Amino acid sequence: MTSTTAPRRDTRTRKKLFDWKLILGIAVVLALLALSLSVGEYDILSTDDGWEMFAATRIPRTVALVLAGAAMAMSGLVMQLLTQNRFVEPTTTGTTEWAGLGLLAVTYLIPAATIMDRMLGAVVFAFIGTMVFFLFLRRVSLRSSLIVPIIGIMLGAVVSSVSTFFALQTDMLQSLGVWFAGSFTDILRGQYEVLWVVVLVVVAIFLFADRLTVAGMGEEIATNVGLNYNRMVLIGTGLIAIATGVVTVVVGSLPFLGLIVPNIVSMFRGDDLRSNLPWVGLLGIGIVTVCDLIGRTIISPFEIPVSVILGIIGAVVFVTLIVRQRRG
Amino acid sequence: MDRNRYVENMVDESTADGIDNYLGEEDPQARRYERVEESWPPPKDKPQAQRRAGAFQSRAAARKYWIILGSLLVAGLLFAFGLLAWNNPMPFGTETFWLIAERRADAVIAMLIVAVCQAVATVAFQTVTNNRIITPSIMGFESLYTAIHTSTIYFFGAAGLIGARTLETFLVQLALMIGLSLVLYSWLLTGRHSNMHAMLLVGIVIGGGLGSVSTFMQRMLTPSEFDVLTARLFGSVNNADPAYYPIAVPLVLVATALLYLNARKLNVIALGRDTATNLGLNYKVLAISTLVLISVLMAVSTALVGPMTFLGFLVATLAYQFADTYDHRFLFPMAVTIGFVVLTGAYFIMNHVFYAQGVVSIIIELVGGSVFLFVILRKGRL
Repeated sequence: MTSTTAPRRDTRTRKKLFDWKLILGIAVVLALLALSLSVGEYDILSTDDGWEMFAATRIPRTVALVLAGAAMAMSGLVMQLLTQNRFVEPTTTGTTEWAGLGLLAVTYLIPAATIMDRMLGAVVFAFIGTMVFFLFLRRVSLRSSLIVPIIGIMLGAVVSSVSTFFALQTDMLQSLGVWFAGSFTDILRGQYEVLWVVVLVVVAIFLFADRLTVAGMGEEIATNVGLNYNRMVLIGTGLIAIATGVVTVVVGSLPFLGLIVPNIVSMFRGDDLRSNLPWVGLLGIGIVTVCDLIGRTIISPFEIPVSVILGIIGAVVFVTLIVRQRRG
Repeated sequence: MDRNRYVENMVDESTADGIDNYLGEEDPQARRYERVEESWPPPKDKPQAQRRAGAFQSRAAARKYWIILGSLLVAGLLFAFGLLAWNNPMPFGTETFWLIAERRADAVIAMLIVAVCQAVATVAFQTVTNNRIITPSIMGFESLYTAIHTSTIYFFGAAGLIGARTLETFLVQLALMIGLSLVLYSWLLTGRHSNMHAMLLVGIVIGGGLGSVSTFMQRMLTPSEFDVLTARLFGSVNNADPAYYPIAVPLVLVATALLYLNARKLNVIALGRDTATNLGLNYKVLAISTLVLISVLMAVSTALVGPMTFLGFLVATLAYQFADTYDHRFLFPMAVTIGFVVLTGAYFIMNHVFYAQGVVSIIIELVGGSVFLFVILRKGRL
């Protein structure tokens, strides 16, 4: 290599990480979060214990929105990279169902389980489930990328029928439904703190971003450029499992979030993981916050769980994506 | 598959008459043959004893098919008779015996209807979608059923749900389910960009959206209302109301008959879209009409007894194993018989051996789900 070409090779083809658009995005999301902090039934400004209430419910809820939104959106992105399939995310591969099964198993086996125990169970089961799915993907050759989510959803149906059987035998069926429906209603100080674990996941995804991008090019290319592909898949799966498990235990399932966010981002920005990551995180937070705000306000003083609104919006976006891809 | 059979066939096939003339040195004789083809000697009819073009690979396979079908039929009838007669307090043959049996027969008829619906629909569906690991029940039928029942109990209470067991609501359910699938098909399967997988995925996703609405309504229910709803949401032949049979049976009979009459065309469709078109089939029309019939069958089954996600898959997979043929004229009867045996057997054993009637459908789901996992991990391609 001559010295004249060296600097040229250093200039990146990717866009800059921080530009005015991202700053604008951050500003919008911050505004949404401020709105989320200010919306609620309890009058904070004119009552004596208003600030106490604010610290006990509003702040934890908003923090949970940020953490869960960013983590699930990013896990969806990592999963789509590793499977090389745009239609994959924790709820279309059965990962969420596995996490629920783990939660149920721990609750059944250890009645006095702490939230840590449940989380551990959920994470372990989510990891096993995701590995089963990946194993299956590697063993079969596919004729169409649309088959992958179909199989994943059927896999999820198998797992959830096991959960249902289990829950029916132990009279936990309705509470199973309550767990699964993602909702930020009961996020209080002292209960949500484990959610901070996902910060580690987000940081790790940032650190591994380039390697995950390479792994997303397939086993041959990844090995060819000197990446331990299998280890990367294991790390990726582990990160997804931790994020999904923790979010399922604390919040519940957030359907389609990991699916629509990365797709929308890559529609506008292409497929470079590292420069897209802030956007994916931001958009994930933004969408969850908007859905939560809608859920809190339209039938106030009651709430609609965020999973219902996400499920409906997500289904519409997903269908649009499929139809678009069909045209393309 | 024994390879030797093909080798024998290859060796056995002698060349056509007159071919030697082309292989050997060119001589005037051969040139004359080439010029006037009319004067070729007529081809001799060679008996090709070893060659079979039937539905089965060999006579032994055909014999095996009929033996399995026969014994399954006997088993199904035995189980059905057992369901009618076991623990029947009256001595066999008396008038009161038949009175009791008649009441029990309603459940057996429901099993028969479900077996026919699920088996025929799943086999046809897997053929049309050219994919042997999916079932039509994921296409939103079950979510629609769940959503209908959940919203009934949500808006009208438990009494409303029980009061809504009329023929009209059954018809409304049928119409909604068939309507939804017709909308899907006409939207995604017609036009230039028709794509079967996209259609499937859209169906599943719409089902998912409906599911999250149902989940929300379910958590607003009181626990006692939820219990009433749960009993309805698990597929069970006891959900079937004999008053629905006059509608359900003719629908099932017509749909099944039409599918069976089209069995040979389904054999061609199974070869894939390109081949089928090449062989002169109007693929799109046939695929859509088959899917409509499938949705009728699935709607009847789901509206009658509730969701049975993996029954169809289990039955179809077993049918492929046992029948060992591509021919739908033989696959359909085998699948239906297996479905009937599975249902009656499961209910008989659960009722009279384990005394656990409520969980029958869940057991079937678990077994079907495990078979599903086993099949996808063993299969090489999709």
